[in-house]
Amino acid sequence: MKSLKNHISLIIALFTVLASVQIYVAVDRTIAAYETRLKDDYSVIVVANKAFTTEELKSMSSMIERSEPISTTQVLDRLKGEMSQKNLDLLRLTLPKFYRIYLNRYPSPKEINNLQRLLQRNPTIERVEGFAQTHDTIYKLMLLFKNVVQVFSLAIAAVTSLLILKEMRLWQFQHAERMSIMALFGAPVWLRSAVLFRLAIVDAIIATFILCLAFFLIDYYGFLITQLKAIGISVQLFNFVDDALRSLGIALGISVALTFMIVIFPNEED
Amino acid sequence: MDKVIIAQNLSLSYKEFETIISKASFSIDTGSFVFITGASGSGKSTLLKSFYGAIEPKQGQLSVGGVNMNRISTSKLNFLRRHIGIVFQDYKLIKEWTIEKNVMLPLIISGYTSDVSGSQVQKLLGHVKLIHQAGKYPLELSGGEQQRVAMARALAHNPILILADEPTGNLDEYSSSVIWSLLEGANTQLKTTVVVVTHHIPEQLNIPYKHYHIDAGNINEIA
Repeated sequence: MKSLKNHISLIIALFTVLASVQIYVAVDRTIAAYETRLKDDYSVIVVANKAFTTEELKSMSSMIERSEPISTTQVLDRLKGEMSQKNLDLLRLTLPKFYRIYLNRYPSPKEINNLQRLLQRNPTIERVEGFAQTHDTIYKLMLLFKNVVQVFSLAIAAVTSLLILKEMRLWQFQHAERMSIMALFGAPVWLRSAVLFRLAIVDAIIATFILCLAFFLIDYYGFLITQLKAIGISVQLFNFVDDALRSLGIALGISVALTFMIVIFPNEED
Repeated sequence: MDKVIIAQNLSLSYKEFETIISKASFSIDTGSFVFITGASGSGKSTLLKSFYGAIEPKQGQLSVGGVNMNRISTSKLNFLRRHIGIVFQDYKLIKEWTIEKNVMLPLIISGYTSDVSGSQVQKLLGHVKLIHQAGKYPLELSGGEQQRVAMARALAHNPILILADEPTGNLDEYSSSVIWSLLEGANTQLKTTVVVVTHHIPEQLNIPYKHYHIDAGNINEIA
């Protein structure tokens, strides 16, 4: 019973580390998906004296994916009642060309400024509007969210690693008699500690399995996926091959590394 | 004759100012049977511990099986211990392991295959009359039976040296006679050096032996 309790303590601690890492990964993916969505909606407005083709605009920056001219007809139609046809024709001739430029990725505020500068170097381009202010706020909010999750995950990982270390010291204490008897018969350190490594590996596998099960249930019942879809984001929170393998690697890495640590640096009281 | 243990001006202590064995010089021949006696607290067990590296010499030189025990490295100590069989008064059996696996311990450590170690363990459990108890755990056996298991374990890997610390201290007559006959057999048939720390030398022993007595930190050979 005591042994089961110790196993559960380590499994829960490892699961917590894995879950915090996976939550960070899922948030990162969600933000990436949201960036894609923002990118699709986001465009830079260019006002120019001459007509540009998409290819001409694309040659100015590798970030430009496509462009589309903004029709001035609607604006001119609104002025029909207020101006004479002659003035309207004159205005149509002198009115600059408007373009909506779409980018191939969601730009950082710095990238928007650089793009604006780059486009404005062309003498025929009069004005570039990047809507940097609105864009900057959303972007910074997203980064803040990502950073908070990252710090939170790191803090959880650090605290639970300490708990795992304590738990393993307890294991070492429980197996101390067996290990000391083995030492009296000349067993090398790795053989004496084999039981600790075996327990650490088994618990790492169990913790990974529980994580996979938890994310399978989240995926199966779809409560998070539904919420994300509601805001237009379609994302895979857990990849059952890549994520499972990475989680197993992390769990094994942490448990084996901490076991090594207590084997190589035993407690002074031991 | 070759010496398996050589001590020159050997001093042993646990604390800095409390010497237990003081400047002892003696040697133990390979293949001999040696008793070390002395009053309680005289340092018999401490001396035995120094032979398997559980305590380091404070002063002087100690060599066991040709290995210098002064500031011995862990790997050298492990190597030496793999060639020594130790019997403790408190048995030191692994309680989570079966009797069979306990006897197998030195063979596991030495890397023998399960076939070889399995047949060796069966043979030894037969010698100590515990073959029918192979699957049991130490705490299911009596003290005498546990010590016979410890004896079988000490012999499992055909050691060059057997160190026994009060091996029959708390045992019944039958278990004591089994232990002594096994130690005698190992010495006469396998030419294993046997060093026994005890209060009383058994009368039934039919082999020549050397006797050292510890008194006030000095080791004297008794003729």
